[in-house]
Amino acid sequence: MNLSQLPLLEQAIFVLAALVVLTSFSQLAQTRLTASIHSFAWQGAMVAMVTVLVATASGIPHLYLSALLTLSLKSLLIPWMLHRLVRRLNMEREVETISHPALMVLAGTGLVIFSYWVALPIERLELAATRNVVAVSLSVVLLGLWMMVARRRVVAQVLGFMSMENGLFLAAVASTRGMPLVVELGVAFDVLVAAVLFGVFFFHISESIDSLDVDRLNRLTSLDVKDHQAREETS
Amino acid sequence: MTSPAFVPLAITVFTPLLGMGLLAVVRTLSLAGWLNLGLVIIEFSASLVLAYDVAQGGEFIAHSFHIDAFNVYLVVLTTFVGLTTAIFSRPYMVEVCEQGHITSRRMRLYHSMFQGFQFTMLLALTTDNLGILWVAVEGATLVTVLLVSLYRTPESVEAAWKYFILCGVGIALALFGTVLVYFAAQQVLSDPEQGLTWSTLYTQAANLDLAVMRIAFVFLIVGYGTKVGLVPMHFWLPDAHSEGPTPVSAVLSGLLLNVALYAVVRFKMLTDGALADSLSPNTAGYLMMAFGLVSFSVAVLSLQRQRDIKRMFSYSSIEHMGLMTFAFGIGGPLATFAALLHMLVHSLTKSAIFVTVGHASHIAGTQSIEHIRGLIRTQPGVGWGLLLGVAAIAGFPPFGIFTSEFLILSATMQLWPWLTLLLLIGLVVAFAGLFRNLHPMVYGAIPDGQVPVKANMFPVVVHLFLVLWLGLAIPAFLSSWLDEVTRLISGKGLL
Repeated sequence: MNLSQLPLLEQAIFVLAALVVLTSFSQLAQTRLTASIHSFAWQGAMVAMVTVLVATASGIPHLYLSALLTLSLKSLLIPWMLHRLVRRLNMEREVETISHPALMVLAGTGLVIFSYWVALPIERLELAATRNVVAVSLSVVLLGLWMMVARRRVVAQVLGFMSMENGLFLAAVASTRGMPLVVELGVAFDVLVAAVLFGVFFFHISESIDSLDVDRLNRLTSLDVKDHQAREETS
Repeated sequence: MTSPAFVPLAITVFTPLLGMGLLAVVRTLSLAGWLNLGLVIIEFSASLVLAYDVAQGGEFIAHSFHIDAFNVYLVVLTTFVGLTTAIFSRPYMVEVCEQGHITSRRMRLYHSMFQGFQFTMLLALTTDNLGILWVAVEGATLVTVLLVSLYRTPESVEAAWKYFILCGVGIALALFGTVLVYFAAQQVLSDPEQGLTWSTLYTQAANLDLAVMRIAFVFLIVGYGTKVGLVPMHFWLPDAHSEGPTPVSAVLSGLLLNVALYAVVRFKMLTDGALADSLSPNTAGYLMMAFGLVSFSVAVLSLQRQRDIKRMFSYSSIEHMGLMTFAFGIGGPLATFAALLHMLVHSLTKSAIFVTVGHASHIAGTQSIEHIRGLIRTQPGVGWGLLLGVAAIAGFPPFGIFTSEFLILSATMQLWPWLTLLLLIGLVVAFAGLFRNLHPMVYGAIPDGQVPVKANMFPVVVHLFLVLWLGLAIPAFLSSWLDEVTRLISGKGLL
């Protein structure tokens, strides 16, 4: 099926979905925390816009509600909370050094290609268009995952986590016209609680290790090693 | 449609939700402990009534809850372990509070979250909606993160953070799998609202698109497998078990892992239905076998080099979850029956062990294996409890784990004879690792000034007695019950 034969509304959905991936990449390589948070907020706004478009195209009323929910949660409330935390922990000006930014983005590109490969077996004809969306949202999920693995700052990990959620939501909205409302509400509730908990943990972590660098969260493994060294010394 | 059994179901599931709110505002510590106990007694009695109703009237679906033999047995197990853990935790947590590890405000959090945990477990088990299942399992993560970091030591905060991040990622992948299942369902079902209803999907499983279902299952097993503790997504498990308060380790190992495995098995039933006519009908089973075997092997080896007693037993949990996943993967009535029995006896034994370990580390004042010595002479109850518990978990004959492991081995012998060798070696290695460490802990010389503590061994005695009973003779009602579950999962009964 040729994509240009689709109705304009559907094409707009694809364009926006591609832009969501773009924001994922910009988060991946962004070293300044506040800029990453802004880029995350834009991503949330675009996912909300996709939801509105899908709602218009399919005429399912409850999708407007979930669009509103996404907009308020992902692009306003959570970024605002993160902003406040960053300010209270005095990290506004902090710049994280990423050792190999080019390699990181390159690996991200690899993940996008991988996502398309995963979606390849979905070959039933009427699903060809959706295959694209599945691949795009999977790449958003994997890019979020990659960000959590590759970045060293706790805040960056949280952003990765939340943008994974964005990818999931995108998949649900664009490929299946949204999950049943009760499930969406449940998921939104979980995300909200997770965001609050992350905030609580920022304080605990900065209290206990005096930094928000995950490399320093190594007591549990180093305990093991220290023990081992002690044993070797005695023997 | 409201079935009469809906009332006990509602009481079982929603009492903990009520309790969560109630205990969040009760300020008196001793009252909160007793209230917590009272609530779990209500939950347990209601779940017994529910089980009786289901045994009489068969499975039923009401208000998007779906109760069949499979989940009702886990519901009873969950409320039972919840009950015995609450019996243990009441005096234990009071003592922890008196030692000054924890403020009374956090004790309120503890009791409230204990009920919250019960609620998410029971909701995950009883719901018919795969989306709600996901929400409940994610909710369980959030609740237990708070419980693991209860002591607020740097180690426990680190453990909780790792747990949060790793399980958050895993569970996100599971949601992606769920979305894919929903996507496949929409091509088949006329009513999109039904697209996540397990019972509807199960009747339509043969029509689901197999390419989509196959991809979905990979995401689901990786996602929920993270919570089961399957290798290589297991790194959170030893940390969370070793740093959390002891009652939390007991319910994590005894309940949470089971519920995650339950979710995987439910999805396997759907995937098997969709792939039944394809060229490789057993893809889901092979995946589970592979994950199970790898977890089993890695866990028995990692178990050897642990220095922390709770970490050692959490690796043993990974080992047993791997074994169960493997057995469910083999499929067929014998292996499925064995896995179900193993779920039951492992839960009972492991929570008993964690309770005993809690007392043991209390006596020694540390969790380091090297410094726990002479338990039997200091406090015979705790020492013998640990000895018998470990004998049971290692698979010694009179206990139930021997029976279920024997059944798993015979099932493997029938279909994959060469893998039996691997399993046997693994079991022996695990046994050696456990006993090498156990022996000095139980018998060794008593360190100076080691005195008995106030220990509540009642839950341990009850659990180990049940495991022993299940090993000697499985009561007829239970075996026919498990057989019905086996018929449900593998299509054919064993008996």
